[in-house]
Amino acid sequence: MKIIVVGCGKIGKTIIESLVKERHEVFAVDSNPDVVEEIRNLYDVICLCGNGTEYENLKSLGVDKAELFIAVTPSDELNMLACFAAKRMGAHYTVARIRNLENNDASLDFFKEQLELSMAINPERLAAEAIYQILKLPSATKVETFAGKEIAIIEVLLSESSALDGISLMELKKRHHKENFLIATVQRGEEVFIPKGNFQLKTGDKIGIVISKREAQRLLNAFGEAQKSVKDVIIVGAGTTSTYLAKMLTSSRQAVRLIECDQKRCEEVCELLPDNITVIHGDGMSQELLMEEGILNTDAFVALTDREEDNILISFYAMSQEVPKVICRAERDEISSIAEKLGLACMISPRKIAADVIVKYARALENSLGSQIETLYSLMNGMAEALEFKVLSDFEYTNIPLKQMKLHENVLVAGITRGRKAIIPTGDDVILPGDDVVIVAEGKRILSLSDIIAR
Amino acid sequence: MNYRMVFNTIGKVLRIESILLLLPTVVAMIYTEWWQAFALFITACIAFVLGMGMVFLCKPKNRFVYAKEGLVTVALAWLAVSLVGALPFVISGEIPNYIDALFETVSGFTTTGASILTDVESMSKGMLFWRSFTHWIGGMGVLVFFLAFSGKSDDRSIHILRAEMPGPIVDKVTPKARDTAIILYVIYMALTLVLLIMLLFGGMDLFESAIHAFGTAGTGGFGVKADGIASYSPYIQWVIAVFMMLFGVNFNLYYLLILGKIGSFFKSRELWVYLGIIFTATVAIGFNVFALYGNIADTVRISFFQVSSLMTSTGFATADFAQWSAMARTVLLMLMFVGACAGSTGGGFKVSRLMILIKKTVNDLKKVLHPRTSTVVKMEGKRLDEETLNGASSYLTVYVIIFLVVFLLLSLDTGVASDLAVETNLSATLACLNNIGPGLGAIGPMSSYAAYSPLSKILLSITMLLGRLEIYPLLLTLTPMTWLKK
Repeated sequence: MKIIVVGCGKIGKTIIESLVKERHEVFAVDSNPDVVEEIRNLYDVICLCGNGTEYENLKSLGVDKAELFIAVTPSDELNMLACFAAKRMGAHYTVARIRNLENNDASLDFFKEQLELSMAINPERLAAEAIYQILKLPSATKVETFAGKEIAIIEVLLSESSALDGISLMELKKRHHKENFLIATVQRGEEVFIPKGNFQLKTGDKIGIVISKREAQRLLNAFGEAQKSVKDVIIVGAGTTSTYLAKMLTSSRQAVRLIECDQKRCEEVCELLPDNITVIHGDGMSQELLMEEGILNTDAFVALTDREEDNILISFYAMSQEVPKVICRAERDEISSIAEKLGLACMISPRKIAADVIVKYARALENSLGSQIETLYSLMNGMAEALEFKVLSDFEYTNIPLKQMKLHENVLVAGITRGRKAIIPTGDDVILPGDDVVIVAEGKRILSLSDIIAR
Repeated sequence: MNYRMVFNTIGKVLRIESILLLLPTVVAMIYTEWWQAFALFITACIAFVLGMGMVFLCKPKNRFVYAKEGLVTVALAWLAVSLVGALPFVISGEIPNYIDALFETVSGFTTTGASILTDVESMSKGMLFWRSFTHWIGGMGVLVFFLAFSGKSDDRSIHILRAEMPGPIVDKVTPKARDTAIILYVIYMALTLVLLIMLLFGGMDLFESAIHAFGTAGTGGFGVKADGIASYSPYIQWVIAVFMMLFGVNFNLYYLLILGKIGSFFKSRELWVYLGIIFTATVAIGFNVFALYGNIADTVRISFFQVSSLMTSTGFATADFAQWSAMARTVLLMLMFVGACAGSTGGGFKVSRLMILIKKTVNDLKKVLHPRTSTVVKMEGKRLDEETLNGASSYLTVYVIIFLVVFLLLSLDTGVASDLAVETNLSATLACLNNIGPGLGAIGPMSSYAAYSPLSKILLSITMLLGRLEIYPLLLTLTPMTWLKK
């Protein structure tokens, strides 16, 4: 598929990387020659140095033949203009990054409609939502909810004294036969498995559990992995993500303390946010200040400054002070993988979340037969994927028990949503038209639901 | 340095060479040259075993390839392919000396077309076919071939593409390097096929048509006759002359033609300069040699043929230009230096690189007159960045230094009669560095490089490789800096 990406900043680069991995034909545009040179050397794409809103530039890229046009420059206005031009010149679908808080929902809808945007993405908001989900279920390092909000996939890191250490999945299923769950993925070190019944869990594994959302807390209690729910949160850094997150948290009555070192930004934030949020002007990196603000008693600590090294360091400090839940924003793979090895379990990257959304969108455009992609999440640091499909009536394998279907090796049917009911499937369950089916796959790119069948 | 990845790729390239060797094997069998077929087949087996061994022993732990790895891979792959490709000549006994065989093979792959053979017509068909087939493979590039047909495309293949494709600016025509490689090869094959058919029309037999099509397409210059193309009909001479010129054009432009962008094809400045030089040189030489041939038709054909042949670095000849007047020979030497367009199969310094340097120099001169002028260098309507400009200047520097060093070392050779030695050595250096083939003096189109000593042949083989790969890959591979961990 031909895709044009305008803006090769941090987010643009991550998106380009994901799209190239998906084997799309990618054209990258940026006005900074150094950035263009870097992209040219790193990825198998065609680069153009110039303004992405320029008619001539768009024409030379052949925008009229582009399936997807993505504008992710730092400027909202530029993105909107580029998408508008591309759309008028014949691009099929356009996606713009629009992130200003001032663009409230009504004005966003207005622009989306008037510019015929297919999608507006706001990485900061997506990141805030992801953090919010984790804080609601603090024992998980990652929570992804599928359509209908009934089924979720949660990632849990097995701690040192975990009761699950050394037991096999079959035993586990026997021990908790009342609960309805499925262990879909296990990450051990650098490897990811789709485990079979005789797989033995070990301390340090990161497991992905598919579960009906209502039962999640109960299951984790039964596993002995539960943590108490979060009542108050310290956020360091008052960027855009933080403001979204603070808003979400206060609306569900959690106490928020926001620490920001820039006086002007503090005042801005105070103006933007509801009054019951405490905004503290001070250096979030100062342990003295954190002590003063009660880091010892807080339930959760979120590091969201612009400097990821700072985030990681201060997160380690918070961990050493035994804060139950520490979330840290880190974008660069190399940094976050080191931090993860040292024990920082919960890492959030707005860029990767945004790239996931785009990849999902591109795949949804690509597939047409039998099923539609509804959701796509990357699991286990991108080594596995969870996809949700809407089953259309022309899917050939409806009404066949799962155990009789010949599925691919590393593919798992992990969940079925039928109406408002969430089913964690066993071998006897069937897929019906109209269902939402959750598929977990490792090492294989699933484009449509029929790809799961081994041929 | 990611050694495993480098040697893995070279192993795969050798594997491809083993498959390519089967084609001349079949040709030799058709002409019932069983011993030659055996020699080619054994070499194919050796290449396959070596290739498989390297692929098997060097399983890459990671696939990261940077500019450095790309350059080293290309240089070593060309060396490996040449070393193995020389074996059939030795095994079959037709060129018993390995150094001679290596010179011939390197000359083939680098599309130079310089030969040590004193009697081409006594060679077997199988060996002649392999000799010319190396031109065709080397013309568009061994690694580009590998990229196009190996199935997998990595993010970093651009480094390999850049290291092998000639010219100051190498860019892809499609987002994926593999697609670009495929497109280039498809255009290359199609043009070769058209040429082959046109030669068949001219009454040439299939074998000779294939040999000359390979020689022309790769801008190589190996033929089957001692007097080159001279004994063929004027029609064939015209066809080959025009196609040599066509193969010297940037292949990206042909892709534009396929896309229907005829306007952009004709807007290319490099193309016009290239055609302009050919036209001017043809006219200049035509006037100069008119007295020798007497009529206009012959004069135009002969001068256009030599100009097209030397400008594109092919090296076919229809006349013994070593006997021409000093002025005509000087013009030919200059054409040798200029070379074909970037992104073509031709060698030489490249028209576009020369254009960049001239524009830059003009700007610098302007700066002397008006120190405050602000200038940029534009090429094809686009501004060139500082890096490309510096790249072109330093390429010229390295090129001149290498030229002088080789010229000096060659003068130590006593094989050439000393009254001709300076002109011969000068043109030999120029002809090898620019992948042309025949030179002037004792190595004119109707004679060979046989007179040089083995050491000089090795030196000239290295020079040909340096010229084909545009110096940097091989030079950097030979520099300890590349290999040391510091």
